[in-house]
Amino acid sequence: MKYLPLHGIVVLEFNQYYSGLCAGLRLADLGARVIKVEFESGSQQHCSSAIPQLEIKDDLTWQTLNRSKESFVVNPEVAGDRVCLQQLIREAQVIIHDFHIQQLQQLGLGYQEVKILNPTIVHTSISRLGDSGWKEACSNDVLAQATSGIAYTTGDATDPPTIIRFKISEYLTGNQAVQFIIAALIRAHKLGRGACLQLSLLETLLDLQFEFLTTYFHSDALPLRAAYKNAHPLLSAPYGIYQTSDGYIAIAMMPLHKLNQVLQSDELGNFSQAEAFSRRDEIKCIIGARLLTQPTHFWMKGFRALDLWVMPVLSWKDLRNCNGYKLLDMEFRVLMEGKKSFIATRCPITINGFRLKNDKPAPLKGEHTIVLKSTFLH
Amino acid sequence: MNQLLHGTLVLDFSQFLSGPSCGLRLADMGARVIKVERSGTGDICRQLYVSDTTLEGGESTIFHAVNRNKESYCINLKDENALHKIKKLMAKADVVIHNFRPGVMQKIGLDYPSVFRINPQIIYGEISGYGTEGEWSHLPGQDLLLQAVSGITYNNAEGTQSPVPLGVAVADIMAGTHLAQGILACLLQRLRDNKGAYVQISMLESLLDFQFEVLTRYLNKEDCNQMAGNVSDRLSEARLPDGIYKTADGFIAIANASLASIAQLEGCSSLKQCIDTKDLPRKTGQIKNLLAEAFSAKSTAAWLSILKEAHVCCTNVLNYEELLKSEGYKLLQMEQEVISGGIKVRTTRCPVWVDGQILASAKGAPALGEHNNAIDREFCL
Repeated sequence: MKYLPLHGIVVLEFNQYYSGLCAGLRLADLGARVIKVEFESGSQQHCSSAIPQLEIKDDLTWQTLNRSKESFVVNPEVAGDRVCLQQLIREAQVIIHDFHIQQLQQLGLGYQEVKILNPTIVHTSISRLGDSGWKEACSNDVLAQATSGIAYTTGDATDPPTIIRFKISEYLTGNQAVQFIIAALIRAHKLGRGACLQLSLLETLLDLQFEFLTTYFHSDALPLRAAYKNAHPLLSAPYGIYQTSDGYIAIAMMPLHKLNQVLQSDELGNFSQAEAFSRRDEIKCIIGARLLTQPTHFWMKGFRALDLWVMPVLSWKDLRNCNGYKLLDMEFRVLMEGKKSFIATRCPITINGFRLKNDKPAPLKGEHTIVLKSTFLH
Repeated sequence: MNQLLHGTLVLDFSQFLSGPSCGLRLADMGARVIKVERSGTGDICRQLYVSDTTLEGGESTIFHAVNRNKESYCINLKDENALHKIKKLMAKADVVIHNFRPGVMQKIGLDYPSVFRINPQIIYGEISGYGTEGEWSHLPGQDLLLQAVSGITYNNAEGTQSPVPLGVAVADIMAGTHLAQGILACLLQRLRDNKGAYVQISMLESLLDFQFEVLTRYLNKEDCNQMAGNVSDRLSEARLPDGIYKTADGFIAIANASLASIAQLEGCSSLKQCIDTKDLPRKTGQIKNLLAEAFSAKSTAAWLSILKEAHVCCTNVLNYEELLKSEGYKLLQMEQEVISGGIKVRTTRCPVWVDGQILASAKGAPALGEHNNAIDREFCL
């Protein structure tokens, strides 16, 4: 591919948390030039006073989240550096930040200020301490999950509310930001207008639950997790992950009589399709007991013959041995300073058959300051 | 005008959730999205009733949540005449989306090479389950099945627990989101080079990307045992005491806390014996029990006040009923009312604010074929 789609777009990334860092990484993988603007230690303290903890924990995480970006270091207390930053803002098309309002204003990076320097800029705020005033719910993935109701979708009915063990609100907020940033760049290109985008972890999680919330608005009944092998509170039996005699198997939606052509259970035969939701726990218990009696490959053979929606449950170790995984060509190696390297995973978007593997390592702090000054600051 | 994609025409052949969630986001941005549905049944999601709930008129709530703000053009794709109409429509479109299994669009002559001949500037986006080649490529791309294959269900389980799937359709939503990213990037590029593009997403790749941080750890640390919970760095042993705890009258979540700070709190002194040792992993079980015991002794309100006093990030755990009653939720203006076939449907809105405004549209999900006549007339089909 001669040019990646975001070739020529300059993004200034003022991010310290996972969500914004994910957004910057995706934009870089799609071809944008992503410049991390970092503050010198003196000012870093000044900025981080209200931030409880930075997300970056070790070198590998740093590399994973900042691969293919550049680093520009400024000290906002030094007049010359502030001029540099302003010039960089004039040259950029996108700003992403995760400061809260006071910090943003202290730094002179609010949309109104930035717009004066660059009227077509796409200014993106991933709010932390909540523009809405809902401080806790917006500051952290676990708290956003706890507030959003999503803790009542995973786990069984008898479990306490359960946190999804991935930073789902952070990841998805960063990915939502990418969509809207590019859409705003399209409008900027057509109409010469900049944009102010605002996102939060909590709104992202509520949108993610749109099917649950819309159903709740109309049923007025809280979604109830299945008591046995819950996989989706709104769906009827057999939907779930079950144990076999030697592993686990996932069964998606299908009519009970079809399922029973494979399971051959007299007990299951007593239930009608109309009862698949209202009596799902009883039905799922029967299915679970039956599946335990044979190994996964035995059941898979039966399900495959009827083209039913079933797959074995794999760990990463199992998955990496499968041809289906190898064909995806997900992994690639990134070379770092001093002959060190690590295995990264590529961008999941394939364009014109071209798989995107940006193998530029994460920058050292300030690595590109001098080059950027000479390029942009004449 | 905060419509970022005003003037963009999207033909959406997709069904269920993954592709339609991409179309929904493009519609939120101001694109005109026409669902192309097969005659008779239409999008299978129309019949996907959940928790025995239906809207007035017997329609699926899920279908309405994911297809608001779209039009419906219903057609028999096996009929030559109808296919001819679709090709004429494609000549005018900016974007095509589908999520059929590999080979289906080729069979009806609407795969990318064929559509490229009709409209070389088109951005053609598709979602498959597992990619377009190999032993899995013909298998159905269904959310739970992709969760099962991607390793996510092991990583969502604590310790040596059985695999735990996410109770939300994570594979569908992530694939739809990634498709929108690819389509938008190519639309931007097209403004500069006037060329179309072919964007491919698979739900498996999308779920691997969703896990990329922990997966990278795993790939670079051959010896780390996925099942032991030390790969998933969220809420694993090292992150104690973060998590959800049962209180005397409900549940509380805490985050970014340290054991030492919790041990200082009233009623938690029993934890002090555990925090000095370097042998934390072996004491995990004991620590969990002590934490559970301490939190269960007081009400949620009492804990919130103690924890806030000590500057520990915390919140009470809400269900939808409690969430909807709270002040913070009302400030978010997360709900909107759309009109579908004359009926008011209460649903959620797009989560992103553009130029200080929410993106709302009163247009609800379409009835099957609702816009056939209008589209035929407008495009002279």
